[in-house]
Amino acid sequence: MFYMFSGIILICSLLTITTRKILRAAVYLLCVLLATAGLYFMLNYQFMAAVQLTLYAGGIVVLIIFSILLTHHISHRFKHPDITKLLMGIGAAAVGSGLVIATILSHSFQAGSTPELPVDMTVIGTQLLSTEKNGYVLPFELISILLLAAMIAAIVIAKKDKNKNSEI
Amino acid sequence: MIQGIPLEHFLIVSTIMFFLGVCGFIIRRNLITMLMAIELILNSVNINFVVFNRYLYPDQLQGQFFSLFIVGIAAAEASVAIALIINIYRKLQNIDVENVNELKF
Repeated sequence: MFYMFSGIILICSLLTITTRKILRAAVYLLCVLLATAGLYFMLNYQFMAAVQLTLYAGGIVVLIIFSILLTHHISHRFKHPDITKLLMGIGAAAVGSGLVIATILSHSFQAGSTPELPVDMTVIGTQLLSTEKNGYVLPFELISILLLAAMIAAIVIAKKDKNKNSEI
Repeated sequence: MIQGIPLEHFLIVSTIMFFLGVCGFIIRRNLITMLMAIELILNSVNINFVVFNRYLYPDQLQGQFFSLFIVGIAAAEASVAIALIINIYRKLQNIDVENVNELKF
């Protein structure tokens, strides 16, 4: 099961960055995010998987597809990238992933011996809103302010200028 | 070990995904595909957090909360970036990075 999900993740993320049609890139990105949600289900974190499905696969991909439809013709194809850029990108990726994988394999991780905490909505909700030890109320409030600011900023940036007649 | 899969396999998958995202960020020239590469990078980081939480500290929830906040920040970032991209498209009629070389219109 794990190897199926990771195969989907790797193949679809490779196709996301190499395909020449932009709408297909978005659909491959959706496949990657769905397979990641499958990994979370496999690890027994249902809440995280649900957040992944609704926010990433449901929200961000739809947003990206909308913006693709607003800014591209469907039949548009990309030109091939420059050969120097291609070589630089592949070189950076190969060197970096080689280094990181070598580091991971040379380090031995101590698996936690403590019993597993049953992860249900009650535990997550109380920890998210508690001010005690292991409480996360400060980042919760911060991210709510950040989301509000981002929403207002997106509306202000994307709205049309009323005074000038814009070209579109 | 969960279902017989060691921790390192998860880490290798997320590492390769991270560097595919970096590679895509370098070789693409379209702003939306670069945004997709950033989403790939953030997603691989999320996998790392969740897997470390599950394997090394199964009695706590820190990794899961970090992933939750990263997902929220990714949503905010995508919305602002797409608003900028649409604005750029209105002014320039295309969204390649080479054309976005002046801040003041």
